[in-house]
Amino acid sequence: MISVAVVDYGAGNTRSVRSALRRLGFDSTLTSDPSELLAAPLVLLPGVGSAKSAMEHLGATGAVTVLRQRFLDGAPLVGICLGMQLALEYLEEDGGVEGLGLVPGTVRRLPQGRVPRLGWQLVTPLDEAFYFAHSYYADTPAATGISDGITAVIEAGAFVGAQFHPEKSGTAGLSYLEQCLSRA
Amino acid sequence: MSFPRLIPCLDMAHGRVVKGISFEGLRDVGDPVELATHYSNGGADELVLLDIAATPNESTTMLDVVAAVADAITIPFTVGGGIRSVADAAAIIESGADRVSLNSAALATPSLITEIAERFGAQAVVVAIDAGDGVVHTHGGRRPTDRATLPWAHEAAERGAGEILLTSIRQDGQRTGFDLELTASVRALVSIPVIASGGAGNASHVAEALRVTDAALIASIVHENPQGLPGLRREVEALGIKLRPWKELV
Repeated sequence: MISVAVVDYGAGNTRSVRSALRRLGFDSTLTSDPSELLAAPLVLLPGVGSAKSAMEHLGATGAVTVLRQRFLDGAPLVGICLGMQLALEYLEEDGGVEGLGLVPGTVRRLPQGRVPRLGWQLVTPLDEAFYFAHSYYADTPAATGISDGITAVIEAGAFVGAQFHPEKSGTAGLSYLEQCLSRA
Repeated sequence: MSFPRLIPCLDMAHGRVVKGISFEGLRDVGDPVELATHYSNGGADELVLLDIAATPNESTTMLDVVAAVADAITIPFTVGGGIRSVADAAAIIESGADRVSLNSAALATPSLITEIAERFGAQAVVVAIDAGDGVVHTHGGRRPTDRATLPWAHEAAERGAGEILLTSIRQDGQRTGFDLELTASVRALVSIPVIASGGAGNASHVAEALRVTDAALIASIVHENPQGLPGLRREVEALGIKLRPWKELV
């Protein structure tokens, strides 16, 4: 059974994504240990907490360096929601936070509509509805999926990220997560 | 725009789902994991679990239920009842809930809204308002406070709430439709989404609510006929409300 290292930021709901991985036949460990993150066949950055505390936590444990190294090595990395946003260069959340810089672009406050943007939205070109819950969006040239004009999917090298929560998006979400894990 | 959401609400007491009419007269209707799974598979867009008999010494019961529900379903869910501190909220979220709902604790300590939002994001904080006669009520809608409904809704949003769960005490359990006027006035005042609650008796009521707001909380209309959620979705769609694409599992 393939084991996925789910990156521990020290806050939030990581149970749901691990439960989704189990359904798909993947084992998982919750860790911020650099050697484990380097050795894991697959690493998943979950979508929990706030940008600043997540980056501080990753910096303090040495995970930032390892995640950048994995990306350069072409080792698979999946990001969900905040976990996708952390891959960008800069996040405006919490007064401004430097991201992992794997993907060009900036994470900005959603400019219009009801914020947080909560609920199910269609994603092009996946042609399915997925569950979104966010107040910031990725402004990046690396977007490969869009929902209502907003970045929904980012693909760059061995990194694939989703703004929505595949683990919370019913059967469509589970198939998408499975696809990400096999692609990554 | 997101698709309007249908949100079944499971009222819970002592680890079991119960049903309340105007917040009173409880009877046991079932196992939370079984019902949550049923609605998740039946086309619910989200779920709310409300512990209406929360007591501090039973909080571990609720955490076990939250974890079991999180493992069983594949849609988001909110948990409310008895959350009085950041630590309480953290325990619920770490057990697998996506969002917490604050009610009397937010009234007593409004800074709690901001503290939880800063740690987990605004989307993780729902402020539940039980509204009647223009004022906010506590104790399951039985005790009026001196806080006017609209200013409190505005303050909750300003303090960082990610959504308002607005229950009309007058309509709750009556099955005669939502309080559309109340819902529309709160929604016009805030820039966060608003869930209408209290009064769903048929598909027309639900459709009316979804014309004025983002989501509708439904309880007895689906609990008494759990097979009815896919049917309710179809009826609501036939009334011109476009719900998210969803395929019934056979």
